[in-house]
Amino acid sequence: MLRYLYADQLDAHPALRDAMFRDRAIQFRDRLGWAVDVDEDGMERDTYDALNPLYVIWQTPGGGHGGSMRFLPTIGPTMVNDHFSDLIGGGAIQSPLIWECTRFCLSPEADGRVAATLMLGGGELMRAFGLSHLIGVFDDRMTRIYRRIGSSPEVLGEGQKFGSRVSVGLWPYTPASRARVLLRAGLSSDLSEHWFARSFGCAVAQAPRVAAAPATAEIFPLRRAG
Amino acid sequence: MKLDDFLREVEQAAGLEQIQDLIVRLRDHYGVDHIVYHWVSADGEQYGCGTYPTDWVQRYVDRDYLRIDPVVLGCFQRFHPVDWKRLDWSSKAARAFQADAIAHGVGNQGFSVPIRGPNGQFALFTVSDNASDAEWSAFSQDNQRDLILIAHYFNQKALELERGRLPEPVKQLSPRELDALTFLAMGYARSQVADMLEISEHTLRAYIESARFKLSALNTTHAVAKAMVEGLIVIGGTARGAQGDWPGRQNTAGERRSAAV
Repeated sequence: MLRYLYADQLDAHPALRDAMFRDRAIQFRDRLGWAVDVDEDGMERDTYDALNPLYVIWQTPGGGHGGSMRFLPTIGPTMVNDHFSDLIGGGAIQSPLIWECTRFCLSPEADGRVAATLMLGGGELMRAFGLSHLIGVFDDRMTRIYRRIGSSPEVLGEGQKFGSRVSVGLWPYTPASRARVLLRAGLSSDLSEHWFARSFGCAVAQAPRVAAAPATAEIFPLRRAG
Repeated sequence: MKLDDFLREVEQAAGLEQIQDLIVRLRDHYGVDHIVYHWVSADGEQYGCGTYPTDWVQRYVDRDYLRIDPVVLGCFQRFHPVDWKRLDWSSKAARAFQADAIAHGVGNQGFSVPIRGPNGQFALFTVSDNASDAEWSAFSQDNQRDLILIAHYFNQKALELERGRLPEPVKQLSPRELDALTFLAMGYARSQVADMLEISEHTLRAYIESARFKLSALNTTHAVAKAMVEGLIVIGGTARGAQGDWPGRQNTAGERRSAAV
């Protein structure tokens, strides 16, 4: 199941949370050789995990961590703007309609569909919340995986950083790419929407509209409470 | 009222009274019952402006509804916009609150944009109305992006006024954003700008998106105009790689209106 969880919601899923941070250590430190901080419990976290980001997590049928990625709005601190600005010609990319996705991680057991499912999750965020793009930093070795799932980003810049060859890439929202990624993930649109609603709330029918809306032209004054 | 004119006024507002007036006009523009900007500080202090009836605002404070309002609880620490019908109204307290809100004319539907400002600042920008579920879905889908941008522009202004400071200097545009706006100002079509910058049109759009946010602009035309007024771009001058002449200028002058959406 695809779960969308803010960091402060992870504590309700401690096994999933711990498995995610351990799999991140395996992927980013052990496999890709990034200079990331791993704690004594073998978990990889950075300062952006402390900003209450939104995680998209593939939870395996057995309840384990299959893969995950992390989202933050670009109007706040982001990896791209804080550390990789020189790769994209300098300056910051900031918009409420652009979110950053980072730490795209696959568990060692993940099969090919997990990557596509995670990208689907990113696409669902764009679709539901009116985003125009996702921007991300990724290891060059991920390029092949993105290409295979039919969701290659446009590379804005690349270079050597923190001991690895990394790229900054941009994924625009297009309805066509959603259909393609659904196909690669082997999932139906309905199922994806169901998972999204589980995390963000189902649309519950509201009380019927009031026949005659009361006249409410009054203005409340600008004031502080108390 | 044109939205970009409206935003220009938001930007020029020198006091919260003007913001209040602008929110009323925005409400009338969208033809909804209410629009409210609501700032909640870490210690629970709250203030805001908007069109809610005075008695509802007073009641909200008196009854300490901040503690049970599913909109505040569901948006705090979040950064995605929320249709109220996706929030958890299942508790008895929440249902009673909702009934009270509807009785006070808030409306049965709402759409809120949470804003995470600097240093833990949290604000909500909310549009509410009396509408059927279908009508409201259509409205929020059609207007979501504009409402998100407007929410952030209001918040920027509120931060500026709260601190009693001079207007913040315009956020710095990146070199690629300057390139993009300069070529657009020169009348090139988007496809040509993308070609010259050796990027796709999708990527060009990300630079324009980022630039328009930094310039508090609702659309590209407004962003280009503001960049020129601010002296950030000088046609034919600032862009790196800009040619002395304007290749293709003659062919594209007519496309400019359609390109600058």
